[in-house]
Amino acid sequence: MSFESKTPEGPLKDQWTNHKNNINLVNPANKRNIDVIVVGTGLAGGSASATLAELGYNVKSFCYQDSPRRAHSIAAQGGINAAKNYQGDGDSTYRLFYDTIKGGDYRSRESNVYRLAEVSANIIDQCVAQGVPFAREYGGLLDNRSFGGVLVSRTFYAKGQTGQQLLLGAYSAMNRQIARGKIEMFNRHEMLDVVLVDGKARGIIARNLVTGEIEKHSAHAVVIASGGYGNVYFLSTNAMGSNATAAWKTHKRGAYFANPCFTQIHPTCIPRSGEYQSKLTLMSESLRNDGRIWVPKKKEDVAAIRAGKLKPTQISEEDRDYYLERRYPAFGNLVPRDVASRAAKERCDAGYGVNATGEAVYLDFSSAIERYGKEQAQINGEPNASKERVLELGKKVVEAKYGNLFEMYEKIVDQNPYETPMMIYPAVHYTMGGIWVDYNLMTSIPGCYAIGEANFSDHGANRLGASALMQGLADGYFVLPYTIGDYLSNDIRTGKISTDLPEFEAAEKEVRERLEFFVNNKGTHSVDYYHKKLGKIMWDKCGMARNAEGLKEAMQEIKELREDFWKNVSVPGSMDELNPELEKAGRVADFLELGELFARDALEREESCGGHFREEYQTEEGEALRDDQKYTYVAAWEYTGNPMESILHKENLEFKEVELKTRSYK
Amino acid sequence: MNLTLKIWRQKGPKDKGKIVDYKVNDISEHMSFLEMMDVLNEQLINSGEDPVAFDHDCREGICGSCSMFINGRAHGPAEGTTTCQLHMRSFSDGDTIYIEPFRANAFPVIKDLVVDRSAFERIQQAGGYISVNTSGNTQDANAIPIPKEDADMAMDAATCIGCGACVATCKNASAMLFVGAKISQYALLPQGRVEAEKRAKNMVAQMDAEGFGNCTNTGACEVECPKGISLSNIARMNREFLTANLKK
Repeated sequence: MSFESKTPEGPLKDQWTNHKNNINLVNPANKRNIDVIVVGTGLAGGSASATLAELGYNVKSFCYQDSPRRAHSIAAQGGINAAKNYQGDGDSTYRLFYDTIKGGDYRSRESNVYRLAEVSANIIDQCVAQGVPFAREYGGLLDNRSFGGVLVSRTFYAKGQTGQQLLLGAYSAMNRQIARGKIEMFNRHEMLDVVLVDGKARGIIARNLVTGEIEKHSAHAVVIASGGYGNVYFLSTNAMGSNATAAWKTHKRGAYFANPCFTQIHPTCIPRSGEYQSKLTLMSESLRNDGRIWVPKKKEDVAAIRAGKLKPTQISEEDRDYYLERRYPAFGNLVPRDVASRAAKERCDAGYGVNATGEAVYLDFSSAIERYGKEQAQINGEPNASKERVLELGKKVVEAKYGNLFEMYEKIVDQNPYETPMMIYPAVHYTMGGIWVDYNLMTSIPGCYAIGEANFSDHGANRLGASALMQGLADGYFVLPYTIGDYLSNDIRTGKISTDLPEFEAAEKEVRERLEFFVNNKGTHSVDYYHKKLGKIMWDKCGMARNAEGLKEAMQEIKELREDFWKNVSVPGSMDELNPELEKAGRVADFLELGELFARDALEREESCGGHFREEYQTEEGEALRDDQKYTYVAAWEYTGNPMESILHKENLEFKEVELKTRSYK
Repeated sequence: MNLTLKIWRQKGPKDKGKIVDYKVNDISEHMSFLEMMDVLNEQLINSGEDPVAFDHDCREGICGSCSMFINGRAHGPAEGTTTCQLHMRSFSDGDTIYIEPFRANAFPVIKDLVVDRSAFERIQQAGGYISVNTSGNTQDANAIPIPKEDADMAMDAATCIGCGACVATCKNASAMLFVGAKISQYALLPQGRVEAEKRAKNMVAQMDAEGFGNCTNTGACEVECPKGISLSNIARMNREFLTANLKK
């Protein structure tokens, strides 16, 4: 197995250009003889499939949904970053690079992040050419807004549905290639193993989710673009079907898994309402442009609110604690996600949570409505507008900016956020950790690549808002399609890979036996029963704050739960039909292993950084305390048959361009 | 609240289906409709019965997977709402709720409430794109200013989630709201204008080949669309289609 970052030599700003100039290419005639499998059709997988097909490779794309355009990238709301500097506010490639390194708490690879910032501007050009209807100003040029952790406006958006529009763009590019026959699309298919021949990734085993048929697919390279593992917590903002199976199976076949404990808990989600809760819903970070976060200053007000005797709008300004503005005056409500989440938890733990469960804070738009209303009255030439009129005008501006988010909130909570502040609480949203990849985005299995959220590469210990869409599309449109050629240039004479090879037979047999076990086990508990239990352990002990004792307990509890699962899980129905319970069983089985490695990784990293907050390592003010002497590395885990016995490999992170500093947003 | 559910059960595409009665108790008004279905399925699994298959994924009203016909309405009684965003506060204790799949010839049932909507895929493959490579070597994103009104109208059309409620609602099982929205999004933008007519011809031809019916201007699709896609998109599609045919 290879474990070198393969970062090119030379100054950071020239690395990508030089690398592209020096890597091997495959000539167009030979590309026709080369097959590539792409698993997942979100922004990363969709854009990679389309681009590889345009270049001339034969692409086979897989997704578990009934259409590639339903991948969960579609739910991304707020926007996509790009260093265009259209606002003339001092943005640059370097600044985007620097913000991302700092936002990630100095735990990402400089070379990868610089490349990401470098190609970011191309993404916007590309998407506009594809017909993505980004928001525009009256002059006809593109509009921007701000996201957390930065001091410029570099976020492009399409209402609160940016992910949807970008994914539909990538999907339209895929459709063009599907129509040409260059992409063979496998909808409602789930990858259940990767097949290695002579140590190289040469195909996958997939199950047709409609007929239940187990299929063998070969290729010269395999690209994993299956997203993150946030659903290890059961409750997250991920889609119900989002899972780690493709990534985990790849890990078990030899791909190192990096920094599993780096998970993003997003500060602004709708709080849970009961035990039946099946998932959590995000309220876009863009809301923090205009919303102010607060809890009451006085405990008696908290009690009255919980008892339903007091409304938040009745609490006067001086009795409100705008705790982010108080603690972080420079960034205020736009601190990075990890910081905002911990601050909410701190207030709620101290007893200031504002709903029945004590786990909610307010996100208030009344100041913004008033401010915009006054501005609008001025523009309209109504300097003497009444208070009602000002509010009416202000609400219209807020509606134009965030209307669909407000509607979604009202549908779920049954309260009108124009009239009363939203209630929000942090929830699991994104996983920075993932399959370890080198500069070429190749995993430690030759010929196996990982892109988008599935890899670990660009966000360090905390991802900045609007950077996931950027990374997914950068990997898929502009990075992987070139770097993969370097590897495939050695395969121009290989010819078609046969699926009759013994390696395919063996992998298929393993997959089949596991499915047979599930449907024949006739146990006592449903898959969800185990998934919820796992989720509770993860949230309680590997959530927003962790400590050594809790993590040790988590590892033991997950191990016991896994043993119980393999004895007593109950899966109705058969293998050869549409069977959602069987699909879930396989995914939860993998989460039950991943969760344990997650806890182990968190235990091993005796420092606090980004989304990984170890209670033992904090400053007097409760801020994360990094240990750069000991932990400036990527923890890349090698599977050996049991998560407990995985071997830790360290990729030391070298910072040549950026000086390691304590992250401060004060 | 306690409810009686009358649910369409169908083992496979070729099997005959029928309505089966189920009872669920102690349903909270804060639950989403699909969480209520989760409760039913957990109940079925624990009593050794086959759970009800239904499509769902994001549960945020954006992926367009969920597709139930509830009490005779696509996505149920609430306006502008997908099934996953429908909450039980729209129902009352003691209600009987009919739950069926989206029905149309072009949407064959796969199992229970799951239907095959791949016809939508093929329509989009017939021309639902701008023929530009993803090389990134296009012109600068701000090179062509686009009037805000046009960009906003394109965005309104692009909001379509491709769930198929329009088809399920239409007495003719017409897909014109869906196809009209896709054609409009591109036709309204200068980048998509170049191929607008060819696109309209090809997508409409595929729509017809899939066996969707025609539009007779009832407008039920617009009423039931969870994303409020406007009927004017059908008019725009017709205009593009007519112009394209008159020119040839």
